[in-house]
Amino acid sequence: METKKSSRQLLDEALAKHYEDALTAKAAGKLVAWATSICPQELLETMDIDVVYPENHAAAIGARKGALTFIEHAEGMGYSSDICSYARVNMGYAEIQEFAGGNIPMPDLIFCCSNICNTVIKWYENLAVTLNIPLIMFDMPFNHTYEVPEHSVKYMRAQIEYAIERLEAITGRKFDYERFAEVMKISNETCEWWKKATDLAVHTPSPLKGYDMFNYMAVIVCMRGKTACKEIFQTWYEEMKEKAANGEGPFKDGEESYRVMWDGIACWPHLSSTYKVLRKFGINMVTSTYPESWNIRYETNDLDGMARAYSSNYANRNLNYGIKNVTKLVEDFALEGIIYHSNRSCKLMDFRQYEVQRRVEEATGVPSVIFDGDQTDPRIFSQGQYETRIQALVEMMAEKKKSEVTYE
Amino acid sequence: MSKLNNLIDEFVEAALSPSEAIEKSKQITGKEIVGCFPVYTPEEIIYAAGFLPVGMWGGKTEIRYADKYLQSFCCSIMRSNIEYGIKGVYKSLKATIIPAFCDTLKCIIENWKVAIPDIPVIPVVYPQNRTDTFGYAYLVAEFTRFKSEMEKLSGKTISESELAAAFDIYENYRSLMRSFVEIVKDYPVTINARKRHLIIKSGYFMDKKHYSELMKELIDALKAMPKEKHSGPRVVGTGLIFEPIELTDIFVENQISLVEDDFAQESRQFRAVARTEGTAMDKMAYRVVDLRGCTFLYEEQKSKGDMLVEMVKRNKADAVFVSMMKFCDPEEFDYPIIKKKLDDAGIPILYIETEMHMDSYEQIRTRIQSFSEMLM
Repeated sequence: METKKSSRQLLDEALAKHYEDALTAKAAGKLVAWATSICPQELLETMDIDVVYPENHAAAIGARKGALTFIEHAEGMGYSSDICSYARVNMGYAEIQEFAGGNIPMPDLIFCCSNICNTVIKWYENLAVTLNIPLIMFDMPFNHTYEVPEHSVKYMRAQIEYAIERLEAITGRKFDYERFAEVMKISNETCEWWKKATDLAVHTPSPLKGYDMFNYMAVIVCMRGKTACKEIFQTWYEEMKEKAANGEGPFKDGEESYRVMWDGIACWPHLSSTYKVLRKFGINMVTSTYPESWNIRYETNDLDGMARAYSSNYANRNLNYGIKNVTKLVEDFALEGIIYHSNRSCKLMDFRQYEVQRRVEEATGVPSVIFDGDQTDPRIFSQGQYETRIQALVEMMAEKKKSEVTYE
Repeated sequence: MSKLNNLIDEFVEAALSPSEAIEKSKQITGKEIVGCFPVYTPEEIIYAAGFLPVGMWGGKTEIRYADKYLQSFCCSIMRSNIEYGIKGVYKSLKATIIPAFCDTLKCIIENWKVAIPDIPVIPVVYPQNRTDTFGYAYLVAEFTRFKSEMEKLSGKTISESELAAAFDIYENYRSLMRSFVEIVKDYPVTINARKRHLIIKSGYFMDKKHYSELMKELIDALKAMPKEKHSGPRVVGTGLIFEPIELTDIFVENQISLVEDDFAQESRQFRAVARTEGTAMDKMAYRVVDLRGCTFLYEEQKSKGDMLVEMVKRNKADAVFVSMMKFCDPEEFDYPIIKKKLDDAGIPILYIETEMHMDSYEQIRTRIQSFSEMLM
């Protein structure tokens, strides 16, 4: 009898298959798209287009210590060292087209959604013009109001319809609305299971080891519309549910001493060293803003709802939402501290971080630290500074813990 | 000649002393002022509401308070504006208008709300998909929302004819500016690179109606003069802004003339000609739809590189000058693309990275000097 595969096995297999399928599709002359991480992939999935995600690939290149080659190449092309390092890695890759740690097929179509930043507009515009291929731009206006305004919804809804027309023209195939409904349903279910699984970290100790979330995130980006992805999260959920029931924490060989949140993208090139410092102090990163980022939920066939859901990504919402969001995470996950990654690549996240930190601390009393780093540029990180900051956080958390002990 | 010089001095002085110029404009018009951040804002609506729109393009100031909100790798114009706001330099503003053209501006909108709570911020979000009907419709809806915000601020309704009148004043101003940048090519001695920049910039601190009257006088006075000969290098400028001002001095020292520009603060503001059909609101939206080669507005096939090559050709220019505001992501993203186009066309590039808070210009001076010698 075949033993049931673990979610980690399923995850690794699915990721390998995802890249293999895309390369095979390209070799067979099928159309391949490059897309941004939180784009309405439902449209591409419905059209059966193989999609790869440059952000995922850049993160993988970073984690496998390969980023600098591509970054330096892009800088040689004239890209400033101040712009997003995912973009630099990807623009470099678009020329070099070879990475020993895993390749992606070159695109025939670019699909870009501005709900994560305006940087992707410039980055993808450059890809389209450099590679001389069509670009479908999905513009999601920044929500400086708490809710998504109705005229924005109307604008985004019209862009869904426009994207469908363009996809039909580019592929020469009709858009299948029945299949679309099915993909919407699967995508919503996948997001629901992603959220359910990551929400299990509310247990103390948390059955979720936070750094694992960075790994599982790869498939919520690239396979949201596929049932295989849903199954990974279901399995992951069941595994963690069982762990929680048994009172098992995140670490095999130690206690979960502190529960923290990590704000921002990981430092992919320094993943293991940043993890080890946390591990040394028994710190578990139980959550981040990511569980909610891919909790993209709406009713099947409700295109206004779909537009609203995609536009509601926290990066595309105002400061009050950001503060409320993090404050709620502190409460829901019983957080004892917050680590803010001042990520040189991501100005949209950075330039609100100081105020979020102040206001969340005011509201919750939870201590926090900020450290300087970068998502893929290995040069922008100092192990010494990181360790010192984490140590300071530990001291503050310990102090607070001590003061909260009540004697009966 | 002295009349011409007086006119030029008036513009230059206004550009170099914004506070005084704005105070003077307030006295002349009796209007309250509304601050407008880069890159574009619906100034016609602000004007129609009875306010005087003024530009907020940063400046040199010691950063002490802005660091509470922004890391050091933030665009220096934005750091300056937040700093000025906290220091109370903008205290006479009735409101601040901030458009969300880039990730930094989005954050500035949010920080302004908490850092400078006494001055209300009215954000405006331009569409990136602007060439299809839905983008245009969104922009009209956004302008309509903005209009109601301005009505709340002024406490009175803006009529169709008031908006049309404001639009006409602005379109007349833009048409004069298009003439100015054309005519000024023939007078590179009287209006050198520095003066050219300051004359254009001064428009941000005056009532556009008054500014246009002066501009008309300036154009007429120039036209009456014989064309001037100039032997220095001729360049086309691109970038966000031709500043700090010391940079323009170095151009003058090296007798470099600016024959055409694509600066966001200068020609991008007025180079798109308005359509004739539709209401004033429609025309405002169409100007955004029709603008090409702007870093802050998406184009599937970016036209900026070809546009710059064309500018060089039609002006028989010697080079392109890229004034790169450090940490301006959108401009930094455009550079490799335009660089390739210019390299392919064999056009030399003078790339200068700038910040609002620079102290030393010696390196830049040396680079510009050798570049200038290389061209001649």
